[in-house]
Amino acid sequence: MHPVPCRVRSVVRELDDTFTLDLEPPSDDWSFVPGQFTMLYAFGVGEVPISISGDPGDPTRLVQTIRAVGPVSDALTSVVAGDVVGVRGPFGTAWPMEFAEGRDLLIMTGGIGLAPLRPAILHTLEHRDRYGNVTLLYGARSPEDLLFADQLQQWRGRFDLEVLITVDHADRMWRGPVGVVTSLINRASFDPESAVALVCGPEIMMRFTIQELERSGMTEDRLYVSMERNMKCGIGLCGHCQLGKFFVCKDGPVLSCAAMTGACWTREV
Amino acid sequence: MSELFDLLVEHPFFKGMSAEQVRVVADTGMPVSYREGETIFSEGGHADACWLLLDGDVALELQTPGHGPQVMQTLHAGEILGWAWMFPPYRWHFDAHVHSDTETIRFDGPRLRNAAEADPVLGYELMKRFTRILVDRMQSIRIQLLDVYSTPR
Repeated sequence: MHPVPCRVRSVVRELDDTFTLDLEPPSDDWSFVPGQFTMLYAFGVGEVPISISGDPGDPTRLVQTIRAVGPVSDALTSVVAGDVVGVRGPFGTAWPMEFAEGRDLLIMTGGIGLAPLRPAILHTLEHRDRYGNVTLLYGARSPEDLLFADQLQQWRGRFDLEVLITVDHADRMWRGPVGVVTSLINRASFDPESAVALVCGPEIMMRFTIQELERSGMTEDRLYVSMERNMKCGIGLCGHCQLGKFFVCKDGPVLSCAAMTGACWTREV
Repeated sequence: MSELFDLLVEHPFFKGMSAEQVRVVADTGMPVSYREGETIFSEGGHADACWLLLDGDVALELQTPGHGPQVMQTLHAGEILGWAWMFPPYRWHFDAHVHSDTETIRFDGPRLRNAAEADPVLGYELMKRFTRILVDRMQSIRIQLLDVYSTPR
């Protein structure tokens, strides 16, 4: 499981501290499923888990969105086209795209949590006839912090995808909703008796989102979250990412709330 | 029964209230429209009403020195605007600024208070509903204060 050197094709600055790398895939038969991540290696600095944010239908590209939060991600967000980074993976479990077929799909995300969900959204739009109502509820810190703003604008223009965006803070120039992402649930079109929800964001946001979705009538067997822990090996051997009975790198990052049986609510786990 | 009664009795906010209780509430209400840019109430003003938003968007704002109005929260169709009419000293805590043309039912606060005092069962039903609004908004503000989307360093 050595990192495979992959050349950076291009770098897009999404936000002040967030960048998207377009990489040459590690192999000719590269593929991944929505929800998976890779371990990205900044040579001489270290390795971090990064969600894949690209199109699962395009095997010619490995697209990853990174926020600079520490030495390794700082180094990874400093690369330029032509540089080489190391890649291991893809690792981890997938969003339940087949299970969601025939049902309404509610995609709830906040902040950089949109990146791990973008492959699921792209997959859904590619196979739009397989799903009922599809709704994206996205919360950001402010209007200036909207990730993939151009793509969000494109998606809002579609008639087969409902996109509702809220921000935590804004002045009067922002014409959209202000408030937490859960405040959008009442405005979304979905059948709580059968819909599937995919949730990704800061853990506090996910906890409150799960509570609100359950209050709306959804059951935990149809609620899926993407967990973040200190992934190191990526293959469930080192134990750094243990969450209760799970190793998040292998058994996750996508987990159903039913399977987690409250691990999300257990302190120090 | 009036059109307003028919509207309220079907509304989720009033679900679980008896027809008579809804009729009492409906008697205090009247349709009011606001144009984009209007101010429904201002911070510090006398809180004498609440509104059921039927259509449109309203922003709750705080004036901040040097930064102008900051939007704390927006309210949308189906939501209730205004709870300060329930509690002394009956003063608004925010400005309510109309983001887009808005249709509402405006309920008279003093008449609602009198009705609640006269009928404690109705008063409790109203209190349960407005307390839910307060709890939801308090939780929202708490999460917003945590600034969960900021970059952890």
